[in-house]
Amino acid sequence: MAYFLQQLINGLSLGAIFGLIAIGYTMVYGIIGMINFAHGDIFMVGGFIAIIAFMVLGLLGITWVPLALLVMLAVAVAFTALYGWALERVAYRPLRNSGRLAPLISAIGMSIFLQNYVQLLQGARNKALGTPPISGGITLMDSAGFSVQLSYMQIIIIVSTVLLMAGFTYLINTTTLGRNQRACEQDMRMARLLGVDVDRTIALTFVMGASLAAVAGMVWLLYYGIIDFYVGFLAGIKAFTAAVLGGIGSLPGAMLGGLLIGLIEVFWSAYFSAEYKDVAAFGILVLVLVFRPTGLLGKPEVEKV
Amino acid sequence: MTRLLVVEHLTLRFGGLVAVDDVSFAAEDRQITAIIGPNGAGKTTVFNCLTGFYKPTVGRLTLTHPEGHRFLLEQMEGHVIAKTARVARTFQNIRLFPGMSVLENLVVAQHNKLMRASGFTLAGLVGAPAYKKAERAAVDLASYWLDRAGIVGRADDSAGNLPYGAQRRLEIIRAMCTEPKLLCLDEPAAGLNPRETAELNELLMFIRDEHKIGVLLIEHDMSVVMKISDHIVVLDYGRKISDGSPAAVRADPAVIRAYLGEEEDEALPPEVSKDLGAAGVPAGS
Amino acid sequence: MQKAVAAEAGARLEGGWAEMLRDAASVAAVSIALAIPLVGFHLIDHLSTTQVEFRFGQLFYAVAVIFLGRLGLLLIGAGWARPIASFTSALSLAWLVNSAASAVPVAYPALGWFTFLLAATLAVRGWHTFYRDTAGAAAKARQAGLGAMVSRAAVHLTPFLVLVAVSVPFYAVMADDKRAVDLGILIFTYIMLGWGLNVVVGLAGLLDLGYVAFYAVGAYCYAIVSIELGLSFWESLPLAGALAATFGVLLGFPVLRLRGDYLAIVTLGFGEIIRIILLNWNELSNGPKGIGNIPRPGFFGIAFTASPPEGSIAFHEYFGLDYSPMHRQIFLYYIILVLAMVTNWFTLRIRKLPIGRAWEALREDETACRALGINPTNTKLTAFAIGAMFGGFAGAFFATRQGFISPESFNFLESAIILAIVVLGGMGSQIGVVIAAIVLIGGPEWFRDLELYRMLAFGALMVAIMIWRPQGLLAHRDPTIRLGVAGRGGTP
Repeated sequence: MAYFLQQLINGLSLGAIFGLIAIGYTMVYGIIGMINFAHGDIFMVGGFIAIIAFMVLGLLGITWVPLALLVMLAVAVAFTALYGWALERVAYRPLRNSGRLAPLISAIGMSIFLQNYVQLLQGARNKALGTPPISGGITLMDSAGFSVQLSYMQIIIIVSTVLLMAGFTYLINTTTLGRNQRACEQDMRMARLLGVDVDRTIALTFVMGASLAAVAGMVWLLYYGIIDFYVGFLAGIKAFTAAVLGGIGSLPGAMLGGLLIGLIEVFWSAYFSAEYKDVAAFGILVLVLVFRPTGLLGKPEVEKV
Repeated sequence: MTRLLVVEHLTLRFGGLVAVDDVSFAAEDRQITAIIGPNGAGKTTVFNCLTGFYKPTVGRLTLTHPEGHRFLLEQMEGHVIAKTARVARTFQNIRLFPGMSVLENLVVAQHNKLMRASGFTLAGLVGAPAYKKAERAAVDLASYWLDRAGIVGRADDSAGNLPYGAQRRLEIIRAMCTEPKLLCLDEPAAGLNPRETAELNELLMFIRDEHKIGVLLIEHDMSVVMKISDHIVVLDYGRKISDGSPAAVRADPAVIRAYLGEEEDEALPPEVSKDLGAAGVPAGS
Repeated sequence: MQKAVAAEAGARLEGGWAEMLRDAASVAAVSIALAIPLVGFHLIDHLSTTQVEFRFGQLFYAVAVIFLGRLGLLLIGAGWARPIASFTSALSLAWLVNSAASAVPVAYPALGWFTFLLAATLAVRGWHTFYRDTAGAAAKARQAGLGAMVSRAAVHLTPFLVLVAVSVPFYAVMADDKRAVDLGILIFTYIMLGWGLNVVVGLAGLLDLGYVAFYAVGAYCYAIVSIELGLSFWESLPLAGALAATFGVLLGFPVLRLRGDYLAIVTLGFGEIIRIILLNWNELSNGPKGIGNIPRPGFFGIAFTASPPEGSIAFHEYFGLDYSPMHRQIFLYYIILVLAMVTNWFTLRIRKLPIGRAWEALREDETACRALGINPTNTKLTAFAIGAMFGGFAGAFFATRQGFISPESFNFLESAIILAIVVLGGMGSQIGVVIAAIVLIGGPEWFRDLELYRMLAFGALMVAIMIWRPQGLLAHRDPTIRLGVAGRGGTP
């Protein structure tokens, strides 16, 4: 029981990170119907910017943890958002009207580019944070020599995810930007005719997705204490799986999918085999796409003939 | 005369929306049967059920070949309907293979025949004479239809480069290259100018009279419908409101109401009465 | 004509300077912001802790180059195509010469390449614009027909190209250049993989991101069959192809109904699943350690070894030659040459058969295909299986050439490289694959320090080509059958 509870906590923490990344996939898919294959690498860039900010803060002698974390967050979000914006501007906007495959290939190219860009500039080896700025936790339960730990980091992950989800739901449902986004999702041409600045709305969607990915990247860095240039590939695939599982295009779906993928991965590792945990994630992706391509909360697409 | 197609109680619901509601009609062999009705009346949905793109919620669609083979279309998959029941169709927004040449479009339409002749690729790979003969026959059939549609000179051009009217005709002759028993045309005259419309009429009547198959036609252009159809079915809001010969349908108050609204005392706008009257006027006047 | 262009350019420049400078400055500003965190700072590992160092010199150099590059691009658009193109051509040439001779050490090699690539891009763009502006409609038509031109030339040049390919080993023997043969083998392996994937991506229009899985299946099939059952290379080859094709069918059957982009992601997933299974299923694949001592092919049963086992005779003894490891390499070279040629012949042939035409029709419009009685699932499945089969052949060859395989040779990057070859060459174009493979695989081998930047350049090129020519660089399609209207006396 204690073991189960511990895995549940770990799974939810991991799932929350996947969920944050998955929102970026789902928002972009919702608005322009393309898989932003490079989104996982944007997450990785966010993590790298966070660790660089942390190191520079250390050099500047800013070591009071709350301040350091806030500055790190601001820096990571700002620069990663710019990367998200530039990505859309350079690689996707020119291809907006050219079928499904061309933007996807462009996105794969961008993903390869970003990975190698970071590898060349920062080296191929793992970058470690050193002493973690947030450590310790609460012991929830102690039974038969196995204690269930809820670390402060896990609390931060779950609380910040809930806050961000609430904020985003508010943003999409009530603000002008959210309304514009939903309008573009329904019918981009009509939205343009009615005076919605479509280019700006799409650019902002990428900026928002990248911001959340930056948060996820930073949280990942703090949680694991380590990051490398390749981390975006697997995390990105899993987050995409989460978005598809939840129903691509649906924000709550992305979060739900993220939590499920996190739980599945952690429980699979805990009870079956850690070696095959990635097979579990890919297997679910295949099964969902084959048997329920609309996901858990997605709307079916009616084929127009 | 054989009843080529019998539609009984066809109903299709999308969630709460009833797109087609208990529609029954029949189409005869060697006749042109038109399905008309205002936008959103469910005409294209009927086609999609007939050709297997949608599965009807309720209803039976029976196709009987003149030789006696019988098919229940509602139980068949789209590509099987085209292959074995021999129902061919065109689309409202033209669907050619734009990057392939006109001739290739017509040869692809004879895919199943050629696949058999190529021994499912194996005989074709080694260049068996039987396959070469079959390919020549396929090209001959294609050029016969190209001649009919008046685009034989464009055979080796990309289909996407043809003018609009020629693309419409190409889509029809591509369907004819599958050697169908029933040809379903979804608004073939949409966007055509009067001269192209006249050519289309001629092509359709040629198909009916010379190839002796049934044609099912969705069309808004009354100058086409009234001139060439033998039988008209009128749909409105997914229901059948009239069914009969052009003259009978033209005089049916339910049809006039559907097209013009409830105010029966209002006079017909001149262009509508002209369209509706087109059938009565001899061609060429 | 030239005068008019110049005058027009002058007029355009009048009010344009401020505008252009502002544009270039804003691009530079965005680049600075993008570059600050990742270029400006460098994380270094120092005694097992991470430290950060500054790199602002490189940052400003890079941004200055971007500013000038953007300005150059704008000037090309404003009618200064010729001067900019001449200057950047000279710059790129000078850089190439210097770098090749290593006469001038570049402080930052990465920035050197970056500058060179920007200059070269500007040169190409500049000359392109210049000739388009001055030569008018005729040149425009020729531009559009680049793909047509190359594929027509390829038809005439085929015998010559084959001759060159066949004679590479002769050159290698005479010049005693072992690398030429090795490089030839490498390039032809990728050409074969590219041609195999071209069936799936180029003809059938199915984006397969997990093609390397079939390559892996072929390689492991050969390794296991030859070691466990003692089958020879030629006996195992069909088995490897058949097993890969079977995998293609098994994987394809459930997923080929999916829409294009979902299919791409699922194939990516399958590729990774196969790799992870190979990594962990120790009994089958020996896990991450891989399988070694894979039998090498013999020449009609004659082994290529220095000292043959008792009672048998080695290749060099049989032919009365001195032993040289190059004999086997040359033999391997001819094997892959033949395999690649067979792939090419098969593809060219099948394009003209109903199944090949149905693939292309499916790529163009699946709905229309269904309405014509073509079974989309089966048709896609054959494309998938045939592509997989060629991947399996190439995999078996890879295993026998290396003598050692491990799961790390079959990662996503490998799939991406093969895809890049197909996409950049022009989807569906056979000669495009050859050119792309030579440039993308051979290029980094010639310029050794390019190796580091190879994947970076791949990524950037994939984006650039999609934006510039979404059909691929040499995309061009000739009809597979012609009516020959002129011969029949029809109207032209």
